[in-house]
Amino acid sequence: MVALAIAGCASPATVGASLDVEAVSHAFDIDGAILPVLDDISFGVKPGEFVALLGPSGCGKSTLLRLVAGLEPPRSGNLREDGDPIAGPFPSRVVVFQDPTLFPWRTVWDNVALGLEAQGILKSQRHRVDAAIDLVGLSTFRNAYPHQLSGGMAQRVALARALVNDPRILILDEPLGKLDSLTRITMQAEIASLWQRSGFTTLLVTHDVEEAVFLANRVIVFSDRPARIKADIAVDRPYPRHRGDPILAELRRNILGLLGLDATW
Amino acid sequence: MSTYSASKTVALPQSVEEGAAFAGRPLSLPTSLLAGGTGVFASLAWVGFGLSCLLWEDLGDWSHTHALAIAAFIIGGGIIAATAGGKWLGRFGAGLQQRTPWLLALGLFLTLWEVATAKFAWLPLPFFPPPQAIIEVYTDDLPKLLDSVFASIKLQLGGYAIGAVAGFLTGVSIGWSRSVGYWVHPVLRFIGPLPATAWLPFAFFTFPSSWSASTFLIALATGFPVTVLTWSGVASVSNAYYDVARTLGAKPSFLVLKVAIPAALPHVFVGLFMGLGSSFAVLVVAEMIGVKAGLGWYLQWAQGWAAYSNMYAALIVMSLLCSGAITLLFRTRDRLLVWQKGVVKW
Repeated sequence: MVALAIAGCASPATVGASLDVEAVSHAFDIDGAILPVLDDISFGVKPGEFVALLGPSGCGKSTLLRLVAGLEPPRSGNLREDGDPIAGPFPSRVVVFQDPTLFPWRTVWDNVALGLEAQGILKSQRHRVDAAIDLVGLSTFRNAYPHQLSGGMAQRVALARALVNDPRILILDEPLGKLDSLTRITMQAEIASLWQRSGFTTLLVTHDVEEAVFLANRVIVFSDRPARIKADIAVDRPYPRHRGDPILAELRRNILGLLGLDATW
Repeated sequence: MSTYSASKTVALPQSVEEGAAFAGRPLSLPTSLLAGGTGVFASLAWVGFGLSCLLWEDLGDWSHTHALAIAAFIIGGGIIAATAGGKWLGRFGAGLQQRTPWLLALGLFLTLWEVATAKFAWLPLPFFPPPQAIIEVYTDDLPKLLDSVFASIKLQLGGYAIGAVAGFLTGVSIGWSRSVGYWVHPVLRFIGPLPATAWLPFAFFTFPSSWSASTFLIALATGFPVTVLTWSGVASVSNAYYDVARTLGAKPSFLVLKVAIPAALPHVFVGLFMGLGSSFAVLVVAEMIGVKAGLGWYLQWAQGWAAYSNMYAALIVMSLLCSGAITLLFRTRDRLLVWQKGVVKW
């Protein structure tokens, strides 16, 4: 993505990877008791698509993201990136977590450089770090330590730390969940435009219905735990979108209805 | 003390003059008057110390009483000069000004000490030597004292370095690997809480030399706290950091070297600090009992010969060395851990 922004060497069609989730079930073992979390989940994501996973708190959405990231293997079923099975974490699939989890002992620059350093290619690719920091508008803070940043700035750094790896699938685990509403709105627009410019496939977990319909091509609605797919809704509206769009408002009402919250509307 | 009451009457007008000199800056007047006043008092306290050396005859036979008096006068003069010209001395002057209350207290303490020992022997004499007797040790017994200092530093540095490195490596391995933890943890629980000095008899007949035995004991005293705190530091690193690093392509070596260890460093330094404290204790005991060199041995030797001034002289050097070592450790930590907010200052 950043390479694209700098060199223009990749076309959007080749950036995004497709993702296939095939009959995935997962469960946690809590003190010997089996707690089912995901129940027979199947869906496909086309290259470059922006899919929001929506569901009640604690339903297992974040667990599904961990499986996609390769941090844990599923109990049953398969996950494929571009047809290849996902066997472990790989920098083509990077996660932005709800907490920025910046390393407090590293400066902003060193935090963003983390992925390239871990892959052993930092020496020749330092410009990518600078470009990623510029991209999120924090060039003046490159030498700051995380404790000197606001919540929104820290999350921007976390975004830059993900984007510097040129991900083919960007995994967002409620990245804006803990930000104030004004910062949220700004960053939603930034994420939408970053995604449009670069073309990576995006998977966003959220429990904010408005955020889901504002950002995504598709919204997949999950049931309570163990999570099943309740609905798979296309959001066929052009970008940049407007929050006041009546069609989005209609969709939002429908989705809230699916989640059993239509009484508030 | 007659000198003190005399100094009061002299000092007051002087400090008022001082105040007048600063009157051009009314806002800073009270503080500079106060600081200047303390400076004058501190100077007078040192002059008083010098006078107390000269006014009465020494009860014992000490050769440096006059030199000490002259040194006290020079220090007193230096303090008054620095007080008057503080603003031309820049940072040094400011630092000195901040410390004038301490200089005052020190001058008074030395005066009292001098009068109570050398002049009137309110404190029984061989056990409480006067300042000049301790100065005499530093001038006359310097070679032996320096040898002891170097021997102590050598022993301490070697043992501490070995203990710190071994403790750090053990701590990281226990914290990182479950199977290492399985085997090392019980050993650590069984052996660790034992005071290192309890190993003294064992160490002195097992090791080929008393020097290597002492090195082992110091390393042991250092190693236990460093191990435990490094371990707890590594174990308490949040899984979220590992998840982030793994999704970015980190291999296990990266997770240890670039995630676990930096995250654990604040704990490691607490361990290093505690290890330093307990290793000092072992050092002194080991030198007193086994090694025929070092400050601990010097203390023991001085006590054996009833050379009490040598004992005090060695104690002062020892406390300077220990506090110097701790200051050095804290400086290193502050430099390595700049990213931490509000670290403890030493």
